[in-house]
Amino acid sequence: MIAFWDTFLPRIFAASVITIELVVVSVPIGVALAIILGVARVYGNRPVSLVATSIVGIFRGFPAIVTLFIIFFALPDMGVYFSSFWSAVLGFVLVTGAYQSEYVRGSIQSVQTGQSLAAQALGMSKSQEVVHIILPQALRAALPGISNEIIYLILYSSLASYIGVEEIFGVARSFNSLAFRPIEIFLTAGLIYAAIATVCFAGFRMLERKLRIPGLEAAR
Amino acid sequence: MVLKVEDLHKTYAGNKVLNGVSFEIDRGQIKVICGPSGSGKSTLLRCLNLLTHPDKGRVWLEQQEITGEVDDVNKVRQKIGFVFQDFNLFNHLTALKNVSIALEIVRKMKRDEARDLALKELRKVNLADDAHKFPAELSGGQKQRVAIARALAMNPVIMFYDEPTSALDPHLIGEVLDVMKKLAQEKLTSLVVTHEIGFARSVADEIMFMGDGKILERGPPNQIIENPKHEVVQQFFKRINELYRRNE
Repeated sequence: MIAFWDTFLPRIFAASVITIELVVVSVPIGVALAIILGVARVYGNRPVSLVATSIVGIFRGFPAIVTLFIIFFALPDMGVYFSSFWSAVLGFVLVTGAYQSEYVRGSIQSVQTGQSLAAQALGMSKSQEVVHIILPQALRAALPGISNEIIYLILYSSLASYIGVEEIFGVARSFNSLAFRPIEIFLTAGLIYAAIATVCFAGFRMLERKLRIPGLEAAR
Repeated sequence: MVLKVEDLHKTYAGNKVLNGVSFEIDRGQIKVICGPSGSGKSTLLRCLNLLTHPDKGRVWLEQQEITGEVDDVNKVRQKIGFVFQDFNLFNHLTALKNVSIALEIVRKMKRDEARDLALKELRKVNLADDAHKFPAELSGGQKQRVAIARALAMNPVIMFYDEPTSALDPHLIGEVLDVMKKLAQEKLTSLVVTHEIGFARSVADEIMFMGDGKILERGPPNQIIENPKHEVVQQFFKRINELYRRNE
């Protein structure tokens, strides 16, 4: 009994570090991609918005695991190689970027037109308007949706195990095939995911509170 | 001459909103536009600062034609202060930042410089003490005064007001009109769409009455308000006068 936990815990904690690395690297790039895609779909000319819409369509349409397999197994056939870890990051960035961009697009479109008119009337260029007036308001509104997507990302990061990343779920599975203690192993794995998601959730709530605009209380 | 408008036309979805509008404004003049809703007043203002483009006609701002091929539309708009009916303050920025942001990113002023100038403009509209507040923490009258300060900070050659008091509670209208009167007395060239005939009477050089996309009648305030010739104008001021008398 003691021997089991003594070998299992260090390995699952090491795997947790990998999971956290996957998430911490994927999230900022994914959010940046989401903003670029969202802005491109609202403000881009026809070709730009068509490209952005296609990217979103593809990576929201493919199951995440299929995207990962294409990047890790199919791209090498075309001469493009990524390690397991970076294949997973690339896949997660594309998938979460595509999903989050919908929140960004929706929240950009929900900013009142008056905000845009006022920016134009002051002589701001379109890019100044978008960066300084529209996005700061839109991203605040998109934050709950974005944080939700990031929590999903933490959970589906477990898929990275299928392309050989030694993250929590992967280590749990391989450990179980040796130790045959599925209850302890998978419950522990699940609890670690839940812990990471909870910390992340709390962080986003704090961020939301910090970014709240005084006087603009939400409807209750 | 600050602004010259010649034979402006604009059609929206088959509707002739502007149907040949011409007028001029000299430096230091205050002109008021009134007329029933749907007469094309707001569209006129939006055509004049190119928020929408007229179908036909020409506009000159300080001798420069702005209706033809303009190199930089944003440069034109920087010269025009625009005050909206519903304020359109930037919701995510404090009163101070609302005023300073265009100074920083459009006029490329240093942050401190922009801040000082913004504070000066807020002082002019009696809001220096509320500089740190966000729009949602201000009353309608305060919001509109911030909006005026924001437009003034850009040092415009002309101010456009698009029904600046129409969205305000009656008891807040006075504080906004007071600021506008003060600016008028300082001879800040202005084009004001409003139904505040008291304001028009005390500061306007001319009232232009619009109907059906045209200027139906124009002249000194007293003549237009007391003794209009056009039947539509007579009806309009008769009703407005009745309303005012009831309020007195």
